[in-house]
Amino acid sequence: MKKQKIKVISPKGNSGNPRRQFIKLGGLAVAGAGLMVACSKEEMAMQPTTPPNPDAGGDGDETPDEGNGIFDLGEGDLGVLNYAYALEQLEADFYTKVVNGFYKNCSQEEKTVLTDLYYHEVNHREFFRAAIGAAVGDKTELMLPDLEFDYGDFDFGNRDQVLNTAKVLEDTGVSAYNGAGKLLENPTYLVLAGKIVSVEARHASAIRTLVNPGSADFAGDDVVTVDNGLDLSKDPSEVLAAVAGLGWLQTEFTARFLP
Amino acid sequence: MNIIKFLDEFTTDNLVNKKSSRRDMFSTFGSLGKKAAMAAVPFGLASMPSKVFAQDSGNAAVDALQLALTLEYLEDEFYQLALDCTSLPDGRPRVIYEQIAKHEAAHVDFLMAGLEGAGVEPVAKPEFDFTAGGMFDPFRQNGADKETAYAQLLALAQAFEDTGVRAYKGQATNLQGTPFLTAALQIHSVEARHASEIRRLRGLKGWITGNERGAGMPEATQAVYNGEENVTQGGVDVTTLGDEGPFTFESSTEAYDEPITGDTAVAIASLFIKS
Repeated sequence: MKKQKIKVISPKGNSGNPRRQFIKLGGLAVAGAGLMVACSKEEMAMQPTTPPNPDAGGDGDETPDEGNGIFDLGEGDLGVLNYAYALEQLEADFYTKVVNGFYKNCSQEEKTVLTDLYYHEVNHREFFRAAIGAAVGDKTELMLPDLEFDYGDFDFGNRDQVLNTAKVLEDTGVSAYNGAGKLLENPTYLVLAGKIVSVEARHASAIRTLVNPGSADFAGDDVVTVDNGLDLSKDPSEVLAAVAGLGWLQTEFTARFLP
Repeated sequence: MNIIKFLDEFTTDNLVNKKSSRRDMFSTFGSLGKKAAMAAVPFGLASMPSKVFAQDSGNAAVDALQLALTLEYLEDEFYQLALDCTSLPDGRPRVIYEQIAKHEAAHVDFLMAGLEGAGVEPVAKPEFDFTAGGMFDPFRQNGADKETAYAQLLALAQAFEDTGVRAYKGQATNLQGTPFLTAALQIHSVEARHASEIRRLRGLKGWITGNERGAGMPEATQAVYNGEENVTQGGVDVTTLGDEGPFTFESSTEAYDEPITGDTAVAIASLFIKS
């Protein structure tokens, strides 16, 4: 069979059009200098003191950080949007790699699922880019920059590695959105996040069945608590630590105003 | 509480009118402080102080939970009957139905405990009719052949799960600012996992394309899918996102699930409610 050609949608640049289209939402507190008040000296002292990151935007003094040049996701709804954007960037980048060189013996069913996931996640990523762009307006330094990833010796040619990592990414996405819903103040954002999280859950279910066909893993006891039937919910700090643990993220950022 | 009377309250007018009571609840939480309200979340519904529901009629959050309980009653009974009937094959179908049945039963218990813990009487379980007045015979009570009954068993499960996802999503803003939101989201994503697996068991994609109900779905289930064809998210046509050409309509609708209102959820569930 002829190799499927996948068009890669570049994260670089921005037509700007969707940003202008995005619904104008009142009440979004755009993070600014006032944020500094919420950050104690002690917390600030605990921040890493790595050199300024050229990708962080601006010279560091304009970002809501203490001038160390590391981007901070920010607080409130903007912080949550940047957080979701970071996760969607990771998912989109991962599936871009997957579909541009499917592992050997990838079944047609697996290709179909992984290609769908690729399109969905790139769409989510671009959606957050548009939403955050609309929210920050001219203050583009408040928008999470394009993240860079380095997968090291991860073998995209290995079915087990790819599918098991997809499983982790999707389950993590579900738990992250479930945990972040309560942090959102604007109802419009809550509904939008809700529209995405259930699709992530649909993905997780499908991937889990590809990993272990015929099992109850689609909503397995490892993710859905048996006695109350609740899926996982995690705070940003827990999720971001797990993401950092993958060792793929090359662009540093902090989340000092999220739990 | 009479179930039909309760369901009748889910009209658009009533939901609009209830907004003021939600504001009252917001202010209750305001006095507790946001942190305190959030801290209560991980401990589940049962830990909620009853004073949260001081005004237990006309409270949008209570009504959202009662609607959720009603839908969970429906799913719970459906899967219990499915496990006991002669149309569910062993192997993968039974494994899936057993896992889902376990969750739906847990959701009923969880929501009942949560409502009771909050000082609210849970809505009574309705009497269900999964033949929808003779339209279906999923459990072979009326002599349907095994193959037909099994197809209906799957179709109904798909309709219930996809409805559940949309209904919980539609109630999220009614729970915003309360400690119930996270738990509802945690149930919402479980319903989505179920929906995906049931759809895949039926040979469909796990996600919804356009407003397609999927091959083999009875026309009566179209209400479950109407509106899923939406491509405008937050004012943006998501088919136009990205730099190198638009996303397809299909993938753009698959990438986002759509909410339904309480009255739409009730209209769908009412097909299967006798009294």
